[in-house]
Amino acid sequence: MAMEANEIERLIKAALPDASVEIRDLAGDGDHYAATVVSPSFKGKTRVQQHKIVYDALQGQMGGVLHALALQTSAE
Amino acid sequence: MSTAHEQIEAKVKSSDVVLFMKGTPQFPQCGFSAQVVQILDYLGTPYASVNVLETAEMRQGIKDYSNWPTVPQLYVKGEFLGGCDIVREMFQAGELQTHFEQAGLPVKQAAPN
Repeated sequence: MAMEANEIERLIKAALPDASVEIRDLAGDGDHYAATVVSPSFKGKTRVQQHKIVYDALQGQMGGVLHALALQTSAE
Repeated sequence: MSTAHEQIEAKVKSSDVVLFMKGTPQFPQCGFSAQVVQILDYLGTPYASVNVLETAEMRQGIKDYSNWPTVPQLYVKGEFLGGCDIVREMFQAGELQTHFEQAGLPVKQAAPN
């Protein structure tokens, strides 16, 4: 089962309204994505905390429906 | 018979570096796990590994233990360091090498610049 790129983007932006989100479909199969999420709210947070915020935004899909989301986060 | 939680805790506490992964370092069964194996092998730091695919309890247990939804997961000196993306980002930035060195762990190679 796959997930649409714009659905991933919508969920992340719903949790992090100030974030800029870029999703790339790595394999063209709607199943392997790379996401870059930049948000000022990441400032002062460790990478683990930043990734956790994005995973939480995906409401449990990560590790389930979304097996392959290569994630890069940054505060600016 | 111990629970997955106890097994994980024992492993994390008894080894300086532990990689919870899909498959084994010799035969990774997922691209993300394979990437972390490559990075650790490159650095030459000794590590223990746990194949989470061996039991359903372990596969779910590690996610609950770390409160982290994906595998692989790397633990250094009892602390959760991150998954594949974080390990790769840290490696590329030279931070992983520094982290290992500061933890008193041997690192074979210098950081690529």
